[in-house]
Amino acid sequence: MTVNVTETPMQAEKATTIYEKSKPGRRAATLPALDVPDREVADLLPASAIRKTPPRLPEIAEPEIVRHYNKLSRRNFDLDSGFYPLGSCTMKHNPKLHERAAALPGFSRLHPLQSSDRAQGALELMYNLEGALSEITGLPQVCLQPSAGSHGELAGVLLTKAYHEDRGEHRTKVLAPDTSHGTNPATVTMAGYETVKVATNERGGVDIDDLREKATTDVACLMLTNPNTLGLFDENIEEIAKIMHDVGATLYYDGANLNAVMGISRPGDMGFDIVHMNLHKSFTQPHGGGGPGSGPIAVSERIAPYLPTPRVVKEEGRFAYNFDEPKSIGRLRGFQGNFGVFVRSYAYICSLGAEGLKAASETAVLNANYMLEQGKKKPRVGKYLPVEFDRTAKHEYVLSAAPAKRDLDIRATDIAKRLLDFGYHPPTIYFPLLVDEALMIEPTETETMETLDGFIDALETILEEAENDAGFVQNAPYTTPVRRLDEAAAARNPVVTQDLDQLA
Amino acid sequence: MLDAIGAGSIDDLFADIPAGVRLGRPLDLPAGQTEFEVFDHLAALAEKNIHADREISFLGAGMYDHYVPSLIDSIITRSEFLTPYTPYQPEVSQGGLQVMFEYQTAIAELTGLDVSNASVYEGPSAMAAAGYLARLENGRSKFVVSTAVNPQYRETLKTNAHGYGAEVIEVPAVNGLTDPAALAEVIDDDTAAVFIQNPNFFGSIENVGELTTTAKATGALVVCVADPLTLGVLAPPGDFGVDICVGEGQTLGNRLDFGGPSFGFFAATKKLIRRMPGRIAGETTDVDGRRGWVLTLQTREQHIRREKATSNICTSQALNALAGVIYLSWLGRRGIVELGELMLKRTAYARETLSAIDGVELLFDTPVFREFAIKLDAPVDAVLDQLALDGINGGYKLGIDYPEYENGVLLAITEKRSKEQIDLLARSLASAVAATNSSVGAGA
Repeated sequence: MTVNVTETPMQAEKATTIYEKSKPGRRAATLPALDVPDREVADLLPASAIRKTPPRLPEIAEPEIVRHYNKLSRRNFDLDSGFYPLGSCTMKHNPKLHERAAALPGFSRLHPLQSSDRAQGALELMYNLEGALSEITGLPQVCLQPSAGSHGELAGVLLTKAYHEDRGEHRTKVLAPDTSHGTNPATVTMAGYETVKVATNERGGVDIDDLREKATTDVACLMLTNPNTLGLFDENIEEIAKIMHDVGATLYYDGANLNAVMGISRPGDMGFDIVHMNLHKSFTQPHGGGGPGSGPIAVSERIAPYLPTPRVVKEEGRFAYNFDEPKSIGRLRGFQGNFGVFVRSYAYICSLGAEGLKAASETAVLNANYMLEQGKKKPRVGKYLPVEFDRTAKHEYVLSAAPAKRDLDIRATDIAKRLLDFGYHPPTIYFPLLVDEALMIEPTETETMETLDGFIDALETILEEAENDAGFVQNAPYTTPVRRLDEAAAARNPVVTQDLDQLA
Repeated sequence: MLDAIGAGSIDDLFADIPAGVRLGRPLDLPAGQTEFEVFDHLAALAEKNIHADREISFLGAGMYDHYVPSLIDSIITRSEFLTPYTPYQPEVSQGGLQVMFEYQTAIAELTGLDVSNASVYEGPSAMAAAGYLARLENGRSKFVVSTAVNPQYRETLKTNAHGYGAEVIEVPAVNGLTDPAALAEVIDDDTAAVFIQNPNFFGSIENVGELTTTAKATGALVVCVADPLTLGVLAPPGDFGVDICVGEGQTLGNRLDFGGPSFGFFAATKKLIRRMPGRIAGETTDVDGRRGWVLTLQTREQHIRREKATSNICTSQALNALAGVIYLSWLGRRGIVELGELMLKRTAYARETLSAIDGVELLFDTPVFREFAIKLDAPVDAVLDQLALDGINGGYKLGIDYPEYENGVLLAITEKRSKEQIDLLARSLASAVAATNSSVGAGA
């Protein structure tokens, strides 16, 4: 097969930064005229405090700024344009109502230090959202403050620390399965603990014997995702919880995969003490190309006294802050959290209601299992991309491209890059680490059967292409704004800012 | 679809969930609602809030009512920026990655430091992240922080430091400024980092050069919290030799949003780049030699390094940082200076006008930028309530965090506060102080 490397119009267009478009004297901003007596800056500030030359920001007019960023936007793939089965990231549709609601001036123009009696609607929304998240997780107390999932994890491990310290216990270790998200062990280190890995059994769950051996009284916590990163529900969850509670440890639930079990099974009922939720996953906050997110936590009564402050409380029909929690771990960030995200997630919960949330999880699981089974039936997908643990999946599943690598000489990353040419965002690759050449697929509930079929067909086509000419797949993508980028060179000699001296 | 799976019902797909942990009942939540019902409900909640267009607000203390130009919303609500995930596939994420590169360039230029990451959550946690970097860099165990640093930043630092066993020592401010002598006294060769803020929480201009020299005497890293919007006029922290500059980015084109989402910025010297938290975009080329960008130095990050990562951060605030770089392009090289000078002059005017009122004096006589503190010779709650009746939010009560300044109020003068509004505040404040005092007197 001949490789068609004809340059697309977008590829032919040279990438130019906003600094390179700058011309002295151009501008966009208009500012109010000086309406107070003029003063010399030197009379108002000490000489050493004054900047000597203006910062070299771009000099550019509004039409050119708009064109610049609109052009850049077209060099992104996005969820509103195509299928995005990025495992563990829950790329479900972001309803448009939410942007409109979050932009209401009563929310978007509200100062975070406005007194509580003049921000009753905002506090009521937070209070209601806390209540809904409490019900969904099966845990009585909720704190909305953490900014993202990893921030919620940090909160959770610090809460565990406070809980044990309050009981006069000094524990040093936190357990996490070898399938865990990288944020789990990174958080453990930040909270001053050592991570101990727990093995995975042949069913893809926690290896109970290994857990029993490692669950000693110096263990503070087990961090678990259930369904786990293989997309599998751990059937031994009750026993796992008992083992950990028997040694006085807490159980932490990484809620990245909550989208599989809303209204069906609750972390609190599984025995977890602390849960974080990613509002930018299960609860539809658009991901923004890398944030903002929000990572509220829900906790059991025994952990509640240590929650970050302030808490929102309801007293005689009015909402207020409570700062007076003597055992609190304190603040994790400024103000109340990513409130704009709360508005969107609250709108989502109101829209779906109890039945809708359950239906969302059911459909997410249906879609994942449908893709899994349809893939198995394809001659090439079934052969070269076997599922690592062949069980009913939950909301996502993990294929191994190890046979494709062995028999066709193409790796998971090659398949991912070639999928780009078909107009799909690839699955998460090389995670979980346990699976060789992993492809982690999460379709979510908001995709049609036709979309799922189309994606499986594309996988089959790519494998067929590789059977004919591995090099063709190895050199993909061909149609994207740029082709494969040299990441090694970028890391070896980091160029992370524009050299403005050179532009002068 | 169930047939294709070979399942009899949806429930079969959940057969692996043990009976003991199944909910077995509907969630106790209201039934779903139509789009317009939900919108009406949210609009009713929004209506209950007194937002910044419904009063003349002098409230700052960490977030500020600056004007957000229209082009920002028009760009950041585009699906192509709003709905992608973190750019794990650079070939289809060049827009977002180039934005990060442009943003990093702007932050480095403003702060006078070599490198910037692509954003962190927000201001206070950015300072805590700087502490963690210092600890990784020099292995020392103490943080020294001025009480002139925003109280929420200090509290966040303490929460984080407790996790990895670092001690936080506070150095009291004197006359609204960090005291270099007191600072010199507490820092020693186990001090990992010294934290200052400029302008500080009281709005005062610190002597960053002197404080940095003092702090560096024992080899501690110096972390300066700054507001990027002031850096058109104020000297960049990097010029004074600070190692890390962090802060809240809300002032750059982000709305108030009741406290978030906004973004935190994180800039540092080149030497520290391999210990920085968060995403960093770097320039490279593709196989055909085209210019492009990727996430780089990923061996710092949690998904590669796990327990050895320099931070646990994954999702940060990319969309908010995009708003930031659009804002800076809109403001431009001259605009950021003009805006800074306008705020500086109006703040000077407001300070003189308010301090001329009977029963009102300046809490500190330091140079200030956009914010300043006054002291009322009257009960502060009663005065602020009286101002509210005139449609004015009089600012932040310093007594919340500083019992010694019980009648202190912190006021912010953004470019949206005109002379006319400042004069209105002055009239209203004069009558509120007089009225409150006479009613207190009458009651006594």
